Amino acid sequence: MKKTMKILSAAIVAGTMASSMVLTTAHADDMRIALVVKALGIGFFEAAAKGAEEAAAELGGVEIIYTGPTDTTAEGQIEVINSLIAQKVDAIAISANDQDALVPSLKKAMQRGITVISWDSGVAPEGRQMHLNPSSNPLIGNMIVKMAADHLPDGGDVAVLSASATATNQNIWIEEMNKVVGNYPGINVVSTVYGDDLSDKSYREAQGLMSSHADLKAIIAPTSVGIVAAAQAVSDAGKAGEILVTGLGLPSEMAAHVESGASKSFAIWNPIDLGYAATMISYNLAKGEAKAEAGGEIAMGRLGSVQLSDSLDGAMADPFVYDASNIDQFKEIF
Amino acid sequence: MMPLKLSRDALLALVLIALVGLIYLRFPAFASPASLLGVFNDTSILIILALGQMTVVLTRCIDLSMASNLALTGMCTAMLNASMPSIPIPVLVLAALAIGALLGSINGLLVWKLDIPPIVVTLGTLTIFRGIIFLISDGQWVNAHEMSPAFKALPRAEFAGLPMLSWVAVTCVICLYLLLTRTPLGRAFYAVGGNPDAAVYTGINVGKNRFNAFVLSGALSGIAGYLWVSRYAVAYVDIAAGFELDVVAACVIGGISIAGGTGTVVGAVLGALFLGVIKNALPVVNISPFWQQAISGAAIIIAVVFNARSARRPGRIILKQAERT
Repeated sequence: MKKTMKILSAAIVAGTMASSMVLTTAHADDMRIALVVKALGIGFFEAAAKGAEEAAAELGGVEIIYTGPTDTTAEGQIEVINSLIAQKVDAIAISANDQDALVPSLKKAMQRGITVISWDSGVAPEGRQMHLNPSSNPLIGNMIVKMAADHLPDGGDVAVLSASATATNQNIWIEEMNKVVGNYPGINVVSTVYGDDLSDKSYREAQGLMSSHADLKAIIAPTSVGIVAAAQAVSDAGKAGEILVTGLGLPSEMAAHVESGASKSFAIWNPIDLGYAATMISYNLAKGEAKAEAGGEIAMGRLGSVQLSDSLDGAMADPFVYDASNIDQFKEIF
Repeated sequence: MMPLKLSRDALLALVLIALVGLIYLRFPAFASPASLLGVFNDTSILIILALGQMTVVLTRCIDLSMASNLALTGMCTAMLNASMPSIPIPVLVLAALAIGALLGSINGLLVWKLDIPPIVVTLGTLTIFRGIIFLISDGQWVNAHEMSPAFKALPRAEFAGLPMLSWVAVTCVICLYLLLTRTPLGRAFYAVGGNPDAAVYTGINVGKNRFNAFVLSGALSGIAGYLWVSRYAVAYVDIAAGFELDVVAACVIGGISIAGGTGTVVGAVLGALFLGVIKNALPVVNISPFWQQAISGAAIIIAVVFNARSARRPGRIILKQAERT
C-alpha cells in the first residue's frame, strides 16, 4: 500500500513537473509566479487565474504558473509546492486546503528564497509572508447597507435576514452594518430575523417581514441561502421591484433573481480581482519593492494598495457588486 | 372506539382554532383568509410527508430518511431538468414518484427481508441518501436560472384560487384517506401495527405490508422532493436538513401513536397544520429566535403528554369489543 502510494505520488510530481515544464520553457529569464489553488477545474479559481494573467500582462516579463492538485487535499498541494521549489519559481501565491499542514513545505520554499503569500484561504502566519483576505468585516458591513441605500434615494425601512442567531460571521457583519447605517440618511433598519440557512425557514421569515412591515423597501441577507430564499419569496409575493433583495450571494445562484428584478444588486468577492491582487503582491514582494511587515503597505496595481495588520494579513477591497450589467459574465464562473 | 377518536381530532382542531385566535390577537392580518390559505400552501409539503410517515408509523415502523429521500429526489429531478429541459414536467413528476418509491423500497426491503429495526435502517439511509446527493451533484447547487420556467411554475400555477402545491396536498389527503379506510391494503396497515401476531394469524403478511408502507412513504417523499426544489427554486445537498423531525413531530401531535395501529389521516393533517401555523406565525409575532425553538419543542411535548394519556384507554376498549363479539 505504502509503496503504491509512493509510486503514485512520484507519478503525480512527475506529471505536475512535466506540465509545468511545458509552460516554463517559453521565457527562461522571466519572473515566474505560481498561483496554487485548492483544486484545478473550479470556476472560481479559473477566474482568479484570469486575473493573474491580466496582472502579468500589465507588469510584463512575468509568467504565471497556474497549478494545483486535482482534488482539494493538503497532500496534493504539498506535492505541487515541492515541485515548484524544485523548479525554483520566484513566488508562490496559494489558496490553502489546510491552514497548518502546508506550513513545513512553504517554510522550505521561503528558505530557498521563494516569496510565499496566501490568498482567499489562509496559511498559518509562520508559513507565509502575508495573507490577502478578499475583504474585511467593516467593508462587508458597509457594502450590504450601501447597496440597499443606493437603490433607495428617499430612504425607507429595511430588514436583515441572517442565517442562525449564533452565526459569528453574520453577527459581526450585521454589527458592522449597524455601526455605519447612520451614514445613509433615511435608511431605517426595522428588524433582524433568522432563517437558519434553511430554504423553507428563510422563505417564511421573508414572508413574515413583508407582512409585518407594510413599508418595507429592502431585505438585506448576508447569507447565500437566505438571499436566494428571500428573492424567491419576494417574486412569489408579486413584489419584485417593489421590495429590493440584496446582500451576499453567488452570481450563479442569484442570476435568475436579478433577471426577475427581485434583486438589483448583491455582492461577493471578485475572483478575477483576487487573482490579480495576489499576483501584484507576489511580484512586488519578490522584486523587493515592498516588504511584508506589520503596518506596511503593498501596492496592488489598479486596486490600490493593501495595508497589513499585526498578524500580517490585509483586506483587498470592498466586496464586488454584481448586477444586471455583469451577472451573465460571472454566473458561469462561480 | 370511534367516538373517542373523533373527539381527539375534534379537540386538536379546536386547539388549532384557538392557536389561530391567539395569533389573531397579536397580529390580526394573520387570520385573513388569504393569509390562512398561504399557511396551508406553505404546509403542503409537510402534510404530504406526514401522510407518508403516518402509514409507516401505523405499521409500528418509523421512516427517518424521508427528508433525505426528498432532497435526493429533488436533486435528481432538478439535475434532469437542468440537463434536459425538453423533458415534459408531468414526466418529471412521475420520475420523482418513481425515484422516491425506489428509495423507499430500499428501506422496506431491509426491514422486510433482513428484519433490521426500521429506526436503524432509516437512520442509515438518511445519511446514505445525503451522501449520494453529494456524489451526483459534486456538492454543486442547481440554481434557479438553470431550471426551466415550466419546472418552477407548476407548484405556483393557480387553479380555482389555490396554487397547485396546495392541490397536490389535497389530492394526497383524499387518496390516503380512501386508501386507509376503504381498501384492504389500508386496513392491513392498521392490523399489522395494532397487533402483528394477530395479523399473522389472520393471514396478513407483516413484512410485506411494512414494505408497502415504506414504498408509499418513499413515493410521497419523492413528489415532495420535486415540489420543494421547484418551490424554492434551488437544489443543493442540505435542502430540508432535519425536516424528518418536523414530520415525526407532526404525526405525534396529530395523535398517531408511535406504538403503531392508531391514527387518522385527519389527525396527521391537523398535526402538520399545527406545526405549520406555529412556523408561519412566529416570524410575524416578533418573538426572539431563541424562544421560537423552545416554543416548537414545547408544543411537541404537550402533544406527547396528550397521547400518553389517551393511549391508556385502548386496552380496555379492545377487551370490551371482544366481549361483545
